[in-house]
Amino acid sequence: MVEFFLNTVKPNFNYWVYVILMMVGLWSLIAKNNLIKKIMGLAIFQTAIILFYVSLGVKDGATIPVLEQVPVEAAGTVAAASTAGAFADGFANPVPHVLMLTAIVVGVATLGVALALCQTIFKEFDTLEEDELLRKIKALPDDV
Amino acid sequence: MILPFDIIILVFLIVAAVIALNVKDLLSSAMIFAIYGFLICLLWAEMGAVDVAFTEATVGAGISTVLFIATILNTRRRSSD
Repeated sequence: MVEFFLNTVKPNFNYWVYVILMMVGLWSLIAKNNLIKKIMGLAIFQTAIILFYVSLGVKDGATIPVLEQVPVEAAGTVAAASTAGAFADGFANPVPHVLMLTAIVVGVATLGVALALCQTIFKEFDTLEEDELLRKIKALPDDV
Repeated sequence: MILPFDIIILVFLIVAAVIALNVKDLLSSAMIFAIYGFLICLLWAEMGAVDVAFTEATVGAGISTVLFIATILNTRRRSSD
């Protein structure tokens, strides 16, 4: 058990946690009865996927992807770019970070729309519980 | 990446996610979800993604908590599960 943890779980711990968080979010989307809890699960699902992508950019012993020194006379030239490339092992890969920046902003937009829809549903049916909602929708006349 | 920080934050992250989804009071649930947002912001900073970290701190922990609280105040605070 301890050996399994040290050899299999510990080197890939980020990936294990990303799968666990994703399943927690999916379970909430399927099994929870309250619509706000479902939306919360959706947000957790989304952060799990972002965790996966950011984990791809991690390197051992790497620091934040900010270049401290470029020689002034060489800045902006091909020589400067190749100098930075020579030290690329020391920096985390910034490409997944930039992609996930977009995903976070889109995520908060979908969260806002989902919560606005929740408020509309509450105004119409006076409940946010899924079972009550289904009962009230079934009780509606057909031509509504 | 700093492995001890990494493991501690990730364990707290799972705990915060499960508690936020299981509390019956939706306002407490929203606050624990804000804690989840700050923990994941710490995680990004620790993994070297500083730009993602401060976006998550403003958007994930700040704005989404405000949206949740506004919705809960306009609807009902109790949840059945």
